[in-house]
Amino acid sequence: MRVREKVIYEYSHPGRGASDQWPHDPGQAALSDLPATLRRTRAPELPEVGELETVRHFTRLSQLNFSIDTHFYPLGSCTMKYNPRACNQYAMLPELLARHPLAPESHGQGFLACMYELQEMLKAVSGMEGVALSPMAGAHGEFAGVAMIRAYHRARGDLARNEIIVPEAAHGTNPATATMCGCVVREIPVDAQGDVVLQALKAAVGPNTAGIMLTNPSTLGVFERHIVEVARIVHEAGGLLYYDGANLNAILGKVRPGDMGFDVIHMNLHKTFSTPHGGGGPGAGAVGVGARLLPFMPIPIVGKDGERYRWLAESDLPQSIGRLSAFMGNAGVLLRAYIYMRLLGREGMRRVGEYATLNANYLLKRLQAAGFDAAYPQRRASHEFIVTLRRQARELNVTAMDFAKRLLDYGFHAPTTYFPLLVPECLLIEPTETESKDVLDAFVTAMSQIQKEAEQEPGRVTSAPHTMPVRRLDDVRAARQLDLTWKPTAQP
Amino acid sequence: MAFIPHTEADVAQMLAAIGVKRIEDLFDEIPAQLRVKSLAGVPEELNEMEIGRLMSERARSDGVALSFLGAGAYEHHIPAAVWAITTRGEFYSSYTPYQAEASQGTLQLIYEFQTMIARLTGMEVSNASMYDGASAMAEAALMAVRANRKSKSARILVPTTVHPHYRRVAVVAASNQGLKFEELPYGAAEGSTPAAALAKYEGEDVTALVIQQPNFFGRLEDVDALTDWAHARGSLVIAVVNPTSLAVLKPPGEWGARGADIAVGEGQPLGVPLSSGGPYFGFMTTRMQHVRQMPGRLVGRTLDAAGHEGFTLTLQAREQHIRRARATSNICTNQGLLVTAATIYLSLMGPQGMARTAASAHARARELVAALMRVPGVRLAFAGAYFHEAVLQLDRPVAPVLKALAARGILGGLDLSAYYPELGAALLVCATETKSAADIERYRATLQDAMQAVRAA
Amino acid sequence: MSNVPADLKYTKSHEWVRTLKDGTLEIGITDHAQHALGDLVFVEVPEAGRTVKSGEPCAVVESVKAASDVYAPVAGSVTEGNARLAAEPETLNSEPYGSGWLMRLKPAPGALAKAELMPAADYQKMLDAEGG
Repeated sequence: MRVREKVIYEYSHPGRGASDQWPHDPGQAALSDLPATLRRTRAPELPEVGELETVRHFTRLSQLNFSIDTHFYPLGSCTMKYNPRACNQYAMLPELLARHPLAPESHGQGFLACMYELQEMLKAVSGMEGVALSPMAGAHGEFAGVAMIRAYHRARGDLARNEIIVPEAAHGTNPATATMCGCVVREIPVDAQGDVVLQALKAAVGPNTAGIMLTNPSTLGVFERHIVEVARIVHEAGGLLYYDGANLNAILGKVRPGDMGFDVIHMNLHKTFSTPHGGGGPGAGAVGVGARLLPFMPIPIVGKDGERYRWLAESDLPQSIGRLSAFMGNAGVLLRAYIYMRLLGREGMRRVGEYATLNANYLLKRLQAAGFDAAYPQRRASHEFIVTLRRQARELNVTAMDFAKRLLDYGFHAPTTYFPLLVPECLLIEPTETESKDVLDAFVTAMSQIQKEAEQEPGRVTSAPHTMPVRRLDDVRAARQLDLTWKPTAQP
Repeated sequence: MAFIPHTEADVAQMLAAIGVKRIEDLFDEIPAQLRVKSLAGVPEELNEMEIGRLMSERARSDGVALSFLGAGAYEHHIPAAVWAITTRGEFYSSYTPYQAEASQGTLQLIYEFQTMIARLTGMEVSNASMYDGASAMAEAALMAVRANRKSKSARILVPTTVHPHYRRVAVVAASNQGLKFEELPYGAAEGSTPAAALAKYEGEDVTALVIQQPNFFGRLEDVDALTDWAHARGSLVIAVVNPTSLAVLKPPGEWGARGADIAVGEGQPLGVPLSSGGPYFGFMTTRMQHVRQMPGRLVGRTLDAAGHEGFTLTLQAREQHIRRARATSNICTNQGLLVTAATIYLSLMGPQGMARTAASAHARARELVAALMRVPGVRLAFAGAYFHEAVLQLDRPVAPVLKALAARGILGGLDLSAYYPELGAALLVCATETKSAADIERYRATLQDAMQAVRAA
Repeated sequence: MSNVPADLKYTKSHEWVRTLKDGTLEIGITDHAQHALGDLVFVEVPEAGRTVKSGEPCAVVESVKAASDVYAPVAGSVTEGNARLAAEPETLNSEPYGSGWLMRLKPAPGALAKAELMPAADYQKMLDAEGG
């Protein structure tokens, strides 16, 4: 099947347009006061298309996508759970959409109440003392967290602490963030069972240690069993513990980062609290802190005086690391997370971690029974797990990437491939709690079927996908012959 | 509850397959003392009907005021089709297009977005978006340090006419990496950056100069002269622009003799609702020669195994998931959903709709200023052309006047006293195509009353 | 099996060094390294005149799946970066020891003697130990 949808510029005709959407023409005189030297002389080359053409074009483009609403999407580390429609509908009430970010508090008590209660609920599920909502993505939350760690040490005059310890299995964002905050990264190994090597940690900490960044359960899909010991070692060395909340869904309602000894965390609301991924954003990366970091939280934060909600600003938090966004971060995303948390309530929170873990362990056992190799067969799965296709790659010359591409033909989005880097030919599989047993069973059937194909007609798998709008794409060509904007005569 | 579809029979079968008795057994690797004791801070669940009612009540209590606020977030007409399509599940609930074959819709849309933003700014290449306008400016400063290899100072000049929040965000985001931001004063009479402000940097190593057009006061900067000054001294130019204004104002790619080197801005005016400040998106464009220094995602067109065209993420080796500690930035997302809305918006507007929107906003702002100047005690702070915002000075304190207006359902603008105390009782007002003549007259009449009330008090 | 020419010197980080007649050093990355990186899409070489320390990152090679720094094996000043690689990065894949060289360097006095370089046989042994 090959569906080509033209680039919208190819539909363009001079003089055509969705004119019902345009304001009335105020006439050329309206611009007469603008100096000619500052005016645009040629109109920007935007497409000139009618409204129906536009609606049809973008609807067709949407149909070329896989999404949670249309396909099982077991993308490890991304928590692709159902995004309840109610969260979107009630976050898009007209009054909420129309509210200007600089509107006075008197015209925003309803909105501010939602934000305040969201902060409180996130504190409760994370075990932290304070929450700030403004970071706009997980990586942005990481930045805020490490910046707070630095500010904390500086405020104590402890200026030598500029090293961040990161296990080698960490997300690439962790070292990138540490560098952005002006820190030096020290990587430490993990053992064959996926736990941090404590000896290496002990050797790494010292008077230069600013902190450690950990994901728990780790990116290897297993719970760090030495977490209490890790916290003790880092704290005794004078460092702080940063929790990367990428995998919070695994333990939601069961274990709290604050109780594990973490001083600062970020929570990916677009993962654990089901705000939409939107084709790659917007996210929201709220940060939570323990008592030591409360004074350093990024502004703005919502406070409550009696029955009135108000913004806390620099005057309330003079040691704040400051402002991370022009206004309040991704407020509309925060509203969606708020609605989701209210829908789930206390009992629902508990069930998330339980059923996410149940689904992952069930799927792992079924895949093992079907002959696939777990990367950590001695361990419980968390909310996700790793299958390694090293054997298939060696014996059949069919790689993890080939399996991933062939899964698309079977109507499943591929799991995360080639991450974490530590495990060769890996598939990182995260089913989430919102998938039914039927879907998991169908996924196992598809994997078994692909295994059979790999043995009997490997070419079918290594040349997959066959049913998508395009075949495998030439990434090398894309990078060598950069074609990043449409041009009237450009041929790809 | 919790959108979990399992029946009791399902759970029993699944536990049997795993070989444990209870779900609780799956947590047996976690030290027992770490188990949650209480989630008392989370209330009992609501069903959809109940949350709908709660949200509707809260939204109603906030109401919709007649707003003349701008200052970086602008009210524009948003065609119904924009969000009807953007919230289709295939856009709303998909993820980063790492599996290109199953994400051609998102990828092609981003390619179209990159094209439109590049054309609008008059630059060669656009990325797939940043968090917001403020963070885009901060990232542009970091990028300029990478791109301007001749400069060793990591020194960025930023006029005080740049949005005060943007200036704060840049310091927070970049100062840990050794960047130094130095502020340039504005001319008191004209509210823009005079060439004289640059004189003291003559002969010094300056990595980049930021220019916001229109500036925070709504005024137009002399972008050609500022750009040429910077280029003549080996500095790069970072343009911060309002995308609506670009339909009528000279695009950054044409500033001065050579054009700006990086152009960024807040994308919110392009079909994104105000929504208390987000989610919005920042855009970033540059010249091809700097493309590898640009942070964020890029989509390129290429061929598939059968020789047909298709779209894929490209230049990913710059990104954090490969480059780790040496990445150009730690950013892994773009603001995909907002980019979707903006691309649909720009398609519906086209060059004519954008030009009319810009001209109409400008015309309404002039009508607003003319009307408010008729109120005794109100004067225009700066001489010279402005786009769709202007600074007014009152002969009495702004805060009580704004409060009196708000009590009558009008948000009269932004009180600048906290940001620019030297301006005294100053108020930044904005009008766009959404304001009618009747709206403007209502503001004028109410302001007249409010001014009298404040004097009387 | 990787190609490891006997007349060159090697580093642990997979650079090779050739001494030209005038004493200038020609530097590139090994066949093993280019193979591990895959199809190169971008190469950034240092400008002539730049002074580098031994072990300093001085070039970047980028494929679709990885971006790696190339470290100066010997301290000195760069006399030439291979301009051809900007337009034709694939040259480095096809001729890693020939026209795919990265830079030429005039070693600082005594730097060559101090540099930790190994002969081809040792480099081959290292690759064998790594399973390459």
